[in-house]
Amino acid sequence: MIELTDIRKVFNAGNPNEFVAVRGASLVIAQNRMTVFKGPSGSGKTTILSLIGCMTRPTSGRITVSGREITSLPERFLTEIRQRTFGFVFQQFHLLKGITVLENVMLPAYPSGQRHLSLREKATGILHLFGLSAKMSSKVEWLSGGEAQRVSISRALINDPAVIIADEPTAHLDSKLSLELMEILGALKREGKTILIASHDPLVSESPFVDLVVSIRDGLLKEVEERK
Amino acid sequence: MSRIDKHRNILDFALSSLLRRKRKNIALVIMYTSLIFILASVIFFTEAIKREACILLENSPEMIVQKTMAGRHDLIPDNYIRSIESIRGVQSVRGRLWGYYYEPTRRANYTLTVPEHFSYGTGYIAIGKGVSRTLEAGKGDLVPFRAYNGSYVSLEVADVMTAESEIISSDLVLLSEPDFREISGAPGGFFTDLGVRVRNAKELPVIADKIRRVLPDTRPILKNEIVKTYETIFDWRGGIVMVILMSAVFAFVILAWDKATGLSSEEKREIGILKGIGWETSDVLWLKFWEGAVVSLTSFFLGVILAYVHVFLASFILFEPVLKGWSVLYPEFRLVPFIDPFQIMAIFFLTVLPYTAATIVPSWRAATIDPDSVMRL
Amino acid sequence: MSIRKVDVFLLSISVALCLFAFIFVHASLTKKSELPALRENSKMVRTLEITDICLFTEARYTRHLSMADLHTPFQDHPMSLEHFPSGALITPPPHLRQYVQDR
Repeated sequence: MIELTDIRKVFNAGNPNEFVAVRGASLVIAQNRMTVFKGPSGSGKTTILSLIGCMTRPTSGRITVSGREITSLPERFLTEIRQRTFGFVFQQFHLLKGITVLENVMLPAYPSGQRHLSLREKATGILHLFGLSAKMSSKVEWLSGGEAQRVSISRALINDPAVIIADEPTAHLDSKLSLELMEILGALKREGKTILIASHDPLVSESPFVDLVVSIRDGLLKEVEERK
Repeated sequence: MSRIDKHRNILDFALSSLLRRKRKNIALVIMYTSLIFILASVIFFTEAIKREACILLENSPEMIVQKTMAGRHDLIPDNYIRSIESIRGVQSVRGRLWGYYYEPTRRANYTLTVPEHFSYGTGYIAIGKGVSRTLEAGKGDLVPFRAYNGSYVSLEVADVMTAESEIISSDLVLLSEPDFREISGAPGGFFTDLGVRVRNAKELPVIADKIRRVLPDTRPILKNEIVKTYETIFDWRGGIVMVILMSAVFAFVILAWDKATGLSSEEKREIGILKGIGWETSDVLWLKFWEGAVVSLTSFFLGVILAYVHVFLASFILFEPVLKGWSVLYPEFRLVPFIDPFQIMAIFFLTVLPYTAATIVPSWRAATIDPDSVMRL
Repeated sequence: MSIRKVDVFLLSISVALCLFAFIFVHASLTKKSELPALRENSKMVRTLEITDICLFTEARYTRHLSMADLHTPFQDHPMSLEHFPSGALITPPPHLRQYVQDR
């Protein structure tokens, strides 16, 4: 479903602080699977997620999503595809302070012009699924780590994306919450979603829900391990 | 419908954003509203006075002839009347008597005028409402006037003019010719100036020329010059009006500059997050637009509405000390609300547009960043 | 369901717009009602041969703008501060400026 061919990503090209994050990666990511990108920090796994999720363009190489090449698409089409296809869960959560949980969850869908009422219903439904109904009108500052994590995932689900991308999702969680998180992601996979995770946490890569583990080091894919 | 919903959503979030920094934004709105209030008040007042003055003074005499000596206004002798009467096209010439009377006890200036027909006769005066207030004198009261030679002339108030006419009559003291001469010392056979009536109004400039040639030390003043005087009163080229306008523009520039000198790191972070969760560059810019529009539209409407109430319902009360200056006699009048929609539009373009632009422009750079950057925030 | 912020705002702006439009209505209604007074005053201007409105009574030069002569400091320099603020507010009448040019 998602295919990477010879992807290279260079940051600050031409400047003294030029940095090659990914050098020559090729990979096929199957639908409805959970793939973990494992590696130390600075290895390029965040960049790979970013490239797959249409957040940035590769310096060279090709990426196709559902058979459609996205590498050379203009920004607005790229954004459309990104909105429809991918939902992001960031390492730092990146919830907006000062607004409610509900508003945070609805935010990604605001520009799409959906009717507010139906959007609100959808968001309420998702939050209910994650047991956050009581916190709907709270400001995000008052949430615990686990609650914030779940809000972050809820937000990623608002546009009903086919792919969930999570960057170091367990970085701020204890073991219990980390296992809970993997349960949630496993459930989402069961519903038909494709899950991509970047993590150096063994709790993630050792999880029974994982189908594929890709090891990355110094911007290169070192090892691909199929699980089952 | 989705376009409208899209903007309603974005506007809703813009309001959330503004409310998050409640104090700062309320202060901004207050400041902005005050600026617009002052600007609009000045514009409303000057326009209304101008229009009312011009309408009223359309009825002023067609031609006044003054005599000057060494550049100064001088009394005009009655033989000038005969010279002017003999000019072709002149219907009638009347010697006018008017002048100023300074009252030291109250330090007020009044305008003494001898009208063409003064029905009350010698020994009586008709005074304007402002005079009545300053002297605390009404019908039947006796008012002493100090004459040019130090003696006193007591005149009885026969009538007080209406409050509605204050804009033209507030400081007037109407009296008979003998009383005027007694007070002012103007000798018989001399007048303050002459009022000239012509048969054909179109010939006024020609006749004025002739008068200047026949009597070189005279200065004819035509009605259209009188009206023109008031058309250009409070012109932006004039002193304080210019200062006020420049201050307002300057203040707006400062406001806009404050906005334009880049976003705070928190604002940048937020834009990064928005882009990360799927907002396009244009969506972010729309957000910034609405943020700016909310502040400036609110201030604009509030400022203009308050200015209207201030000028036309409260008689421009906040600026009274400015206009009053050193005068003791200040007319109390309600201005007729002549407003010019073009001027209001000008205020709109001077204020709402630059501010909204100043909110969008600095956000441009931040709005165009790669969403990827949010991963590294 | 609670009322959205945006709806509150749009409502307020609509109210403001109505008030704003009402300004023009109020102005035109007031103008009509002031018409008789305006006419009376116009008549008075004609009978009393008035040449200036009574705005700045503090000094002779400021009271009769259109009749003022060349000699006063007010005309030569618009920001004559001894007649503050009227001196600062008004420029010399155009016919005077023309007069200076003609000489």
